[in-house]
Parts: sequence; C-alpha cells; structure tokens
Amino acid sequence: MPGITREEVAHLARLARLELKAEELDHFAGQLDDIIGAVARVSEVADQDVPPTSHPLPLTNVMRADEVRPSLTPEQALSGAPAQEQQRFKVPQILGED
Amino acid sequence: MTVITDLVPYEDALAAYDPVMGLEVHVELGTRTKMFCGCSTELGADANSQTCPTCLGLPGSLPVVNATAVESAVKIGLALHCEIAEWCRFARKNYFYPDMPKNFQTSQYDEPIAFNGYLDVQLEDGEVFRVEIERAHMEEDTGKSTHVGGATGRIHGASHSLLDYNRAGIPLIEIVTKPITGAGSRAPEVAKAYVAELRELIRALDVSDARMEMGQMRCDVNLSLRPHGTEKFGTRSETKNVNSLRSVERAARYEIQRHAAVLGGGGTIVQETRHFHEEDGSTTSGRVKEEAEDYRYFPEPDLVPVAPARAWVEELRATLPELPRVRRNRLREEWGVSEHDMQSILNAGAVDLIVATTEAGAPADQARKWWMGELARHANESGTPLDALAITPAQVARVTELVSSGDLNDKLARQVIEGVLAGEGEPDQVVEKRGLKVVSDEGALGAAVDEAIAANAAIADKIRGGKVAAAGALVGAVMKATRGQADAARVRELILSRLGVEG
Repeated sequence: MPGITREEVAHLARLARLELKAEELDHFAGQLDDIIGAVARVSEVADQDVPPTSHPLPLTNVMRADEVRPSLTPEQALSGAPAQEQQRFKVPQILGED
Repeated sequence: MTVITDLVPYEDALAAYDPVMGLEVHVELGTRTKMFCGCSTELGADANSQTCPTCLGLPGSLPVVNATAVESAVKIGLALHCEIAEWCRFARKNYFYPDMPKNFQTSQYDEPIAFNGYLDVQLEDGEVFRVEIERAHMEEDTGKSTHVGGATGRIHGASHSLLDYNRAGIPLIEIVTKPITGAGSRAPEVAKAYVAELRELIRALDVSDARMEMGQMRCDVNLSLRPHGTEKFGTRSETKNVNSLRSVERAARYEIQRHAAVLGGGGTIVQETRHFHEEDGSTTSGRVKEEAEDYRYFPEPDLVPVAPARAWVEELRATLPELPRVRRNRLREEWGVSEHDMQSILNAGAVDLIVATTEAGAPADQARKWWMGELARHANESGTPLDALAITPAQVARVTELVSSGDLNDKLARQVIEGVLAGEGEPDQVVEKRGLKVVSDEGALGAAVDEAIAANAAIADKIRGGKVAAAGALVGAVMKATRGQADAARVRELILSRLGVEG
C-alpha cells in the first residue's frame, strides 16, 4: 500500500510550485494516500499477463506524412496571450535559472 | 559575477587524473514539419508565424507523430549500430519554464527508440577510438527566448522575456554516449572527433544539415576526473550548448584543467551545469543541481506507442550509405594521399566536391589539385566555403579535360576558372570569349620559336654547344610572345630540334 509521507507531499508541492502550509502537508498526505490507494486496487485484479497501459486503444504507429499544413497567423497565436511584445509572448522575469 | 578560476597545466592534470566524458548531442532533423503537428520548420520565418494549437499546447489539441522523423530516428540508430526498440513510447518531461507552452516537453524516457550502439571515430593521426552509444531518442525542440533588459541578453538581470514558438516542436534526436573512458590525454580530441564524425554521419544519412552554427546540432559535454587507478567516477560538470567542433575540444580541455585544480586543492566538484564562453574558452558556473532532477516523467497518454516493424527496419538498414569514416578511408586509398593530406581535404570541405568532379570525368589527382589549390585559394580570399564558389564540379572536370587534351595549359586553365567564377559562363564559353586556346598551330608556334632564337643568338649558341638547360630562357621568350597560350613542352621540343640538340 502507498503510504504517502509528508515529505513526499512537500517535494511534489515544490515541483508544482505550490506553497503549502504545514497543516496542509498533513491534510494532503492523507487525501493523496486515499486516492492512490483507490487506484492501486486495479493491481489486485491485473495479473502478470496484463501489461501496463498508457493508452486505452490497442493501437501502434499512428503517424502522419511529413506534409506542411497551415499554421495560425501570429495574431491568432498571440490572441490568448496575457501580454505580448514584438510579436512574441511576453513573460515575467524568469527566476531560479541562468 | 567575475570568478577567477585557477587552472592546472593540462599535462599536470593528466598526470594525476583520468578523465571520463559523456557527450549528449541534440540534432534538429531536417523534416518539413514539426514532430507532432504540420507546422513548417522553415528557418527565418516571422516570429510566431509557424504555430498551431498543438505546438502551442492549447486545450483539446492532439499530437500526431511525424512518420519521416521516426524513419530518420531509426536510420540514425542503425548507423550508430544500435538496437532498434520493438516497441517504445513517448513520455512527458514536466518542468516550469516558458520555452515550452505545454509546460512539458514530449520526449522519450526509459524506452528510447535506439540503444546500445557505437561509433568509431578516427583521430587526426589515424588512431581509431570507439565511442559507445547509450541511446538515441526522439523529442522536440523548445521555443526561442529573448531576455529583455539584462546587460547582455542573458536571463541574469533581465526584466522580462519574449518567446517565439516557431522552433517549439521541431523534431530533435538526442544522442547520448556511454561514459567515455580510456581516452586519457586525448579526451578533448576524442570529443571533437566524435562530434565531427556524428555530424558527417547525420549529413550522409541526409536527415539534417547538422549545421552547428545554426543550432541544428548542439553538444553538452559532461566531464569528471578520477585519480589514476580508481574505478569510481568523480562528480561531473555539465557544460551546456557547446556549439562548434573547436569549442567541444576546448570545453573538455578547460574542464579537465579546472577539475584538477579544484580536486588538487582539496576541494570538491559541485554537480552543476556550466556555460561555455567562446571568447576565451572558459566555462562559468550555471545552475547547481542540489537534488536529482525530477521531471515526473510519465508515458504520453495522447500518443500511441511506436513499434517499428522488423521488416521495415531491415529495409532501412539496406538503404544506409557507407559510413563517412569508411568512405574517407576508401577514397584516401583510391586517391593515394596521406592521412595528413586527407585531413586537409576534409577540413577544407572538399571531399564531396572532389568526388563529384571525378564522377564528372576528371582524374582524381587533377580534381584534387584544382579544388585544394586554385579554388581553395579563391575560397579563402573571398571568405566563402568551397562549396559556395560559383563553379560546379562538372565545370572543374571540363577544365581538367581541356588541359589533358592540350587545349589549355595550367596557366590558361587558371584564367578559365577565374572567368567561370566571375560569371562569364561555361569553361568553353570563357575559352572562346577570352581567346584562351593554347597555340597549337605549328606554323604560328614555329614562327615564334624562330623569332626567339634570332633575338637571343647568344643563348641559342650555348644550347647548340650542349647547355640544354639554357633552353628555358627561350621557352620563356616564346611563352611571352604568345601571351602564355603555347604548350611549353611542345615549345621546348621545337627549340631543341631547331637547334639540332637532343632533349
């Protein structure tokens, strides 16, 4: 059984850039444990003969020919951007990277 | 931010430590469209004019794999002597950075399409070194960031950044070596030769132009040192985006000297990314990796697995061209040139031009002579690559044909080549327009010879007296009189026979 620890929740929160309070870590650890426990029940019925599945359809090699299709115009592409400059998406200062 | 870094002399570093390298090379494929959508990959387009809901990561859009990109990946894998996966998936590599609008990069994780291969590389003195390949996997390129407000366009000090997503989604193949050990002091050379060989290979496969200066091929150099006689690898540094062959060699060399200085001074190497500086060949600290990176990879649920059929893989294997190194060695033998000369030909970018010229009918030594001599000189003077000169291998072949048939001598041939380069047309047209034919009319030549003998009676007497070497002066006079358009060997024959001397 999973047993999600407080430290694991803190790690996930950091990866997801979420700031969680101490009591929230405990709270979510319990909840995540319940969720994962529920999903993990699948493995009780799936035996060795059932391969792990990442796609619901039993398909392989779905591909397209290397042919150019029309793109959006820059105006359309940028229409949902909160901010733009020089026909580019404008984003706030990037921190923690160099 | 100026950090003074102590370096240990290269020889001293190698005397104490054994370098271990890992090279990661990203190659942008030359497909017409992106990896997962039909947007064009044409360079130089207006910002954000080659995007669609899929590569912008808009809700409801779905990726579809580019068949040509998969084919290219399999070809690369096969050329690197890799095993090709029977079944493999894409995975999401999750991270927070605005260069991918999806907030993840579609890549491959534990199921690369190709794995366990090798590439034999040849160092300049001919020594062959085998570089083992861990894997080659498919992924997509990121968008291009411009940092605004910083001093030098870097993130540091920038007020904000601007993103162009035209490049986001262009197919990439990442090729990762196994740890390269045993290269010793030649490690930087091996690194350079490996990237050079890989570039040749990618071009021979015709899957990318692999132009490093255009960012179509980029290299990360991972390096660590361990004391001689120890097995365990030291802590590595990862020098990112080293984007020329020369830089790959310099970065490896610099890191060997820097690591040795740190370790020798009792310090420890920090696992971090480093930036390479073209100006002085140094590297500076980038991002420290305090904890193992955690990208929360998981199988991409929007794409089905890729399962290259064995028959198709074998079909592709059968289409593989001769490996560049094998081809170079074969040509070297056919042309009868030394390792050193072959290296010069390679460095000049003349191999394919010489081959094409011989295929157009020229003898190899003639083709080589023109491309490595007169044409290389023109290329140097005008600062253009050899293959960008305004002359084709077929035209060069025609010039050599005119020389061997005696219609041109070398001096005239040079003028013909100049004419072709100046846009005066085909070699024959230049010959015609400039009136460059060798004077082969025996009558005209004979008259010129008689005049030269008459005008230089003293020299003629010497020759009659047996000083055959003096004939050179008369040959020169005839060549001058015919403005270089005579066949010098024939002129000499005529002079000697007129003067009754045996050549």
